[in-house]
Amino acid sequence: VISLTVNGERVEVGHPDDTPLLTVLRDGLGLVGSRFGCGQGLCGACTVLLDDAPVPSCDTPLWQAADATVVTVEGLAADGPNPVQQSLIEHQAAQCGFCISGIVVRATALLDAQPDASADDVAEALERHLCRCGTHQRIVEAVLAARTVPA
Amino acid sequence: MSATTTTTTTTTQRVVPPHVKTNPRLGTWLRVEDGVVLVHVGKVELGQGILTALGQIAADALGLPLSAVRIVPASTSGPDQGLTAGSLSVTQCYPALRHIGAVVRSLAGPPAPLVEEAGPRPSRDHDRELSAYLNRIGTLDPDLDLTTAAPDAAITPTSVGTDAARTDIPDKVLGQPRFLADLRPDGLLHARVLRPPSPAATLSSLPRDWTAPGVTLVRDGSFLGVLGEREDAVDRALTALSDAASWEEHDSLPDERDLASYLRSAPSEPTGASDEHPGQPTHTASYSKPYLAHASIAPSSAMARWSDDGSAVHVWSHSQGIHALRAGIASALDLPAGSVSVEHVESAGCYGHNAADDAAYDAALLARAVPGRPVLLRWTRSDELIWGPLSPAMTGTLSARLVGGRIEGWSYDVWSQGHTSRPLYAGQPGLLATAHRAGGTPLPPAADPPAAAGFGSLRNAQPSYDVGPRRITGHHLTVSPLRTSAMRSLGAYFNVFAIESFVDELAAEAGLDPVELRLAHLTDPRARAVVELAARESGWGEPLPESVGRGIGFARYKDRGAWCAVVAEVAAESDVTVRRLTVAADLGLVVNPDGARNQLSGGAVQSTSWTTIERVRFDRRRVTSDDWESYPILRFPSAPRVGVHLAASDQPPLGAGEAAQGPTAAAIANAVHAALGVRVRDLPLNAEAIVSAIESEE
Repeated sequence: VISLTVNGERVEVGHPDDTPLLTVLRDGLGLVGSRFGCGQGLCGACTVLLDDAPVPSCDTPLWQAADATVVTVEGLAADGPNPVQQSLIEHQAAQCGFCISGIVVRATALLDAQPDASADDVAEALERHLCRCGTHQRIVEAVLAARTVPA
Repeated sequence: MSATTTTTTTTTQRVVPPHVKTNPRLGTWLRVEDGVVLVHVGKVELGQGILTALGQIAADALGLPLSAVRIVPASTSGPDQGLTAGSLSVTQCYPALRHIGAVVRSLAGPPAPLVEEAGPRPSRDHDRELSAYLNRIGTLDPDLDLTTAAPDAAITPTSVGTDAARTDIPDKVLGQPRFLADLRPDGLLHARVLRPPSPAATLSSLPRDWTAPGVTLVRDGSFLGVLGEREDAVDRALTALSDAASWEEHDSLPDERDLASYLRSAPSEPTGASDEHPGQPTHTASYSKPYLAHASIAPSSAMARWSDDGSAVHVWSHSQGIHALRAGIASALDLPAGSVSVEHVESAGCYGHNAADDAAYDAALLARAVPGRPVLLRWTRSDELIWGPLSPAMTGTLSARLVGGRIEGWSYDVWSQGHTSRPLYAGQPGLLATAHRAGGTPLPPAADPPAAAGFGSLRNAQPSYDVGPRRITGHHLTVSPLRTSAMRSLGAYFNVFAIESFVDELAAEAGLDPVELRLAHLTDPRARAVVELAARESGWGEPLPESVGRGIGFARYKDRGAWCAVVAEVAAESDVTVRRLTVAADLGLVVNPDGARNQLSGGAVQSTSWTTIERVRFDRRRVTSDDWESYPILRFPSAPRVGVHLAASDQPPLGAGEAAQGPTAAAIANAVHAALGVRVRDLPLNAEAIVSAIESEE
């Protein structure tokens, strides 16, 4: 049994310790907001915060999350949409929206670390997140609009 | 700029729209529940925001505020509106929903609008009248025949023409369950299929007593699947199954480095489009594109549950055509169509006929082993890239007779596999697992949609210009080395790339500006307006830094859809960077301008990815593009800035989804030529292609 904190709640899971964190979240804990896109950590759709750092949860074995703190896209909206989420909705910055969970997590981490991030900073931060619908520009604009400190 | 909106549109509704004729019962389309009209449509949400746009059309048609209308996800119990494809959803639903709304208004009598010519009315009265109107709609006879009812003609546009917010975006941004793979009904089992490693492979051995903890094996010829309660156990079992199975493989694929030669020499049949006599050409050029993958961010998935007695199956699918899928599954399982029902659930963006239908059939096959239990199947990323239908490789040769700056003769030959292998396309179910099950035979080569559906390989093979006598010939391959089907704009992507590149070559030959040459050969005023709009908004003719070039591409999609011109600004040095795209389009009346911009812009960016990066790789035996490293797509730092400009129009609405694909490709190729003086005729337009084009010019 491995314990970890997910979205502020202590949980114990009995999955084998090499189970991908994403599978534990989606199938074990019912947190389906982190999406499965590739299973290889190459598309970004499953990104979560592991001890405040964005990681692809499909490529993170459960043992790496033992006694750690995990925040998912649902956790970021625990007190209502966070500023990045609010801005993405206002900018209608999605088409299919399958990639957007991971982007919300990555962009939130970026703005926490760098509140005055530029458009290039945002694009670089999202480099490992794939969007197939071609919504890149709207997403970058929405993230920039979510900054609390104008650049 | 947004579409012009007239205050009141009066139309004569004497002609019954085609989709109302084929679905004449009122109850098929709508019912009232909890004070909201639930509208059932046969079109599905693919990430394009269609359900929001259709809600706007329905709200106006019914004389209701947007909040009193909800579009219900499609199911086989609702109207059959064919596929959600071809940029046709708005075009087909607009007249249908307006007809239905007009019938409802004539029978149920909507309240007068909140603001009348005499001035505003008390809103309290209006709310009460609205609720009474909704009740009256609720009591209409569901069996009412919409084809004989007399519609009330006047429609006040209130929602149509506004940037109504998408209804699905909040769930997605907040990480709520929304997608097919998020379904978690009681008793759920997870499932995976182990696909053969190559197109011609068959299972040679798997131990008879193979087992893995926590799963059940389903085995039928070369079709292997595992299902179980825990997803981690199912994934582990898939790996173990893959290790235990051995396959007999054969080389069956063409030489990927010379697809153009392969396409020109493979068995094919001619499909003519025009046969005039264009005279002796003065200029000839050949172009090509590789196979492309849909590369949706989610691998395909589906859920199926059989009735306890095993006589009927219900399927949850992200198919573009749930009715055809139902017929395909019924045919493949030898069931009456009434024993199969399908409902649509969203998945990641869908850009054509991907593996959704195949996954639905897989789920039905696997769930048959456990009647009464819902089985959620998900494909793997590598299977999605390897086994999903591909957009076919194409090649073509253009010739023209150029006399003193005028094009006076034109011919075009284009070679391609077919562009559709949707369920039942060749009189067979056409679902992937039918080829892998015991006794299965290889899937037949893809067909091409007929002229009435806008062609496949020959889509947009006709130039939009006045080019004198024209001869246009398609060469449809009768073999199928790799499975192909419809991807966003079908043959139009390549044909427009080739034609619009060639038009630029002719302009250079004639010493004319590319925009000038186009306008000199265009008579259609809406075409001219779109080309001029793109040129103006892009700053056409203004100076650019060294190694940066501008290029234009134009087409009217399917010769009957939206007019679209794109200007690309490209920096070409060691690699090609598309810096900026200016997209101008005439979509007729625009239902949701913000949604239309999102679609056009997304289409142009996706086409940028296809054009500059993408190519399905394979050796003589296996497809080797099986992950995001071996099939890269455009990333955030490389995404161009896009400006979309819509022509104001109150003409019938045309779709936006596919119009930009071909013009963007041509605009990029023409911009590379403007930047470097090199003509690249073989896609993708990357550094390697530029080097090889320079070498062939030297």
